[in-house]
Amino acid sequence: MNQQTHHADDKMLVAMREELGNRVSGILESESGLLLSAVCRVDALPDVVAWVVEQRKYRFATLVVQALPSGDQLDYWFFKPDNGPWIKLSIRLAGDAREVPSVSGLLHAIDWHERQAEDLFGMVFTGHPKLGDFVLHEEWPEGVNPMRPEFDALKPMVEKEVDPQWRPEKILHTPGAFVMPIGPVYSDYAESAQFFLETVGEDVVRMVPRFFFKYRGVEKLAEGRSIKDVLLMVERFSGTSAVAHATAFCRAVESIGRISIPPRAEALRLIASELERIRHHFGLLSDICHSTGMIVPSADIDIMEEEALRLSAQWAGHRYLYGLITPGGITRDFSQSELTFLIAGITGLGHDAQQLYERLQFTSSFLDRFEGVGIVPKANAQRLGLVGPVARASGFNTDLRIHAPYGFYRCCPPEAEALESEGDGYARIRVLFAEVFSSVQLINKAAANLPVGAVSIPMDAVSAGEALGCAEAPKGGAFHYVRIDGPGRVARLQMTTPSFTNWHGFHLAAENFAFQDFPIMMASFGLSIAESDR
Amino acid sequence: MLGWFLRGASSRIRTTRYPHEGDSSTGITPGRPVATQFSHSRAADTAATACPTGAITAHEHSAEVDLSRCVHCMACSRGEAAMKWQNDFNWASLSGPQALKTTQPFKKSLHIRLVDSGSCDAVIQEIKQLAKPYYNMHRLGFFITPTPRHADVLMITGPVTSHMRLALKKTYDAMPRPKWVIAVGNCAISGCVFAPSFMAASAVSSVIPVDVQVPGCPPPPLAILHGLLVLTGRAPAMQPTTPPVTEVAS
Ligand code: SF4
Repeated sequence: MNQQTHHADDKMLVAMREELGNRVSGILESESGLLLSAVCRVDALPDVVAWVVEQRKYRFATLVVQALPSGDQLDYWFFKPDNGPWIKLSIRLAGDAREVPSVSGLLHAIDWHERQAEDLFGMVFTGHPKLGDFVLHEEWPEGVNPMRPEFDALKPMVEKEVDPQWRPEKILHTPGAFVMPIGPVYSDYAESAQFFLETVGEDVVRMVPRFFFKYRGVEKLAEGRSIKDVLLMVERFSGTSAVAHATAFCRAVESIGRISIPPRAEALRLIASELERIRHHFGLLSDICHSTGMIVPSADIDIMEEEALRLSAQWAGHRYLYGLITPGGITRDFSQSELTFLIAGITGLGHDAQQLYERLQFTSSFLDRFEGVGIVPKANAQRLGLVGPVARASGFNTDLRIHAPYGFYRCCPPEAEALESEGDGYARIRVLFAEVFSSVQLINKAAANLPVGAVSIPMDAVSAGEALGCAEAPKGGAFHYVRIDGPGRVARLQMTTPSFTNWHGFHLAAENFAFQDFPIMMASFGLSIAESDR
Repeated sequence: MLGWFLRGASSRIRTTRYPHEGDSSTGITPGRPVATQFSHSRAADTAATACPTGAITAHEHSAEVDLSRCVHCMACSRGEAAMKWQNDFNWASLSGPQALKTTQPFKKSLHIRLVDSGSCDAVIQEIKQLAKPYYNMHRLGFFITPTPRHADVLMITGPVTSHMRLALKKTYDAMPRPKWVIAVGNCAISGCVFAPSFMAASAVSSVIPVDVQVPGCPPPPLAILHGLLVLTGRAPAMQPTTPPVTEVAS
């Protein structure tokens, strides 16, 4: 770390001591100076969180709940863009205590985290306006919380089926108002989820989503498994962002094992991540074009997506780049000619994308469908802590590659963050294109500056410890919390994914809209249910 | 608009000639590990232990692969005990020993309802590719339909999470007879890395009968297309060389 950061650390450490007084205790600075942790008094939590996010301008990363033998522990993780150490605030509950004050009133981004912890751990967040069925639906027996240690992860639990008649409470009581359910099985290729559109006819007043139809309990399944087995799930629960999630997970594991991977591995990870981003964004742009029924641009972008998939397989063996990232580096090296081949392919695709973008910008029938549709104002994006292209289209800077740089992004960051300000569908399209172009540049830059040497170092025995690994996934920031105890066994995994974060903000865009705009808004948000449900 | 028309008209045709001809373009498939002879029995053991899902079984001087358990982690494609790798994709198979109920009346046109019962987004993306220019399954008479009432085939991805079980059954029941089921991806076939668990008992066949299965993680578009061709009797199924996956007790 450079001097500047160390300086900032000390300031923050002192400020915490002086300004928070006895509300926190046991303030500790990690060896690297990158993390400040403190234990927070339960009743003082709202005060302390307010201090961190409002006065110190920190952003919320994730809430990790753990059922430890000594009692439950809740860790609130924060980071500050461009500056300063990460902060971890811990709440330690004794014995069977489950009550913690809710902070969702002052930190909206934590809302779904609290609801999820209530469902999965049986935590009680006092003052939260809306707890209850969330991850687990109404058929799940009350008081059974799957993330608690005594719950058997492997025993199939068939109690009852979900209630297909479930409806959200109506807010409209005018004559003719009704709630229109969509899903969980709907449309041609949609992932399973339910949306309730409350409408008085043509115009939809609000949209209530219902998720977790695809909840597979990946985080519960991870407990007690080996790092290698967990990596298989981390790569596969949301295959379109496999590299990003594998990277975040491996970074956490490497940080627990206190190793830094060889620079060549870092650079190749960057190349793989950016290749994934390009391919992923092509997929989103294809959905966007399809949602408006524009056949020729759809076909153009479809071709680019398939070519990017083929390029990935030609380069690394797998169309979605599975099996490349491993704790300690990457699984195989690439020769100069393999890299040259990749660059040629990527450059060609970048060129095609450029041409398509220019043509689309002059197609008014396309632009009309997206301009002013599904607007998320910057203030709202900020309030809900949105991430990724969706946030950037609203002018909210969130790119971890720039604001909390990791790996090879430290010496090779994107030249500029793709920021727009309108926050509508068209702004999101522009951000996606801009990121494709910047990823092409990044791959070129990383390949030109590729360090020589090994591509992995052995990581056989990882000792006990915990860490938070992050990566900028194609859809936004991903945070993987990993705790390891015993010989290389994962004791706790918590994946905070960009889709989970952003679905929480989708209702903002989906308010007072014309019915036929719904598919367009969904496509321009471009979120994954698999990534959110886990 | 005229510009787009000209653009469309001037693009060359890229659609694969499969199944009328083979397709050997690179990158259309991750390929698959196949039974391999080794000179040392130790190498066969090494290959088997390297596989994280137990898909590889070691014999004296050879090792064989159960494709329906392979998650395409690529581990066995590298190293000294690398398995032989075959870059094909026509690996869909009939699920179970019974002969396929005839699909004769549906040779020309088949409507498919897709149900995602908890899969990742990559396999859905691969299915979407089938309707896109490179694969264009419409030319072969395969169509995705949004309603089960019009569907002849139910295509299922994912390990059937308990929240999706009812929706899956209801979709199946809503389809008119005769109907067929095709399980796409190893999650749907065996639950793969996600089952058995408290949320996913054990794959599609424990909920509704499956006719054709397409292994892969995710299966590439042409493997899925092969599955559809097998279903309609227009392509031979891959003969399983290894015993079928043992059912997980529920
Ligand atoms: S590629 Fe398949 S068979 Fe080979 S090691 Fe991985 S899971 Fe096993």
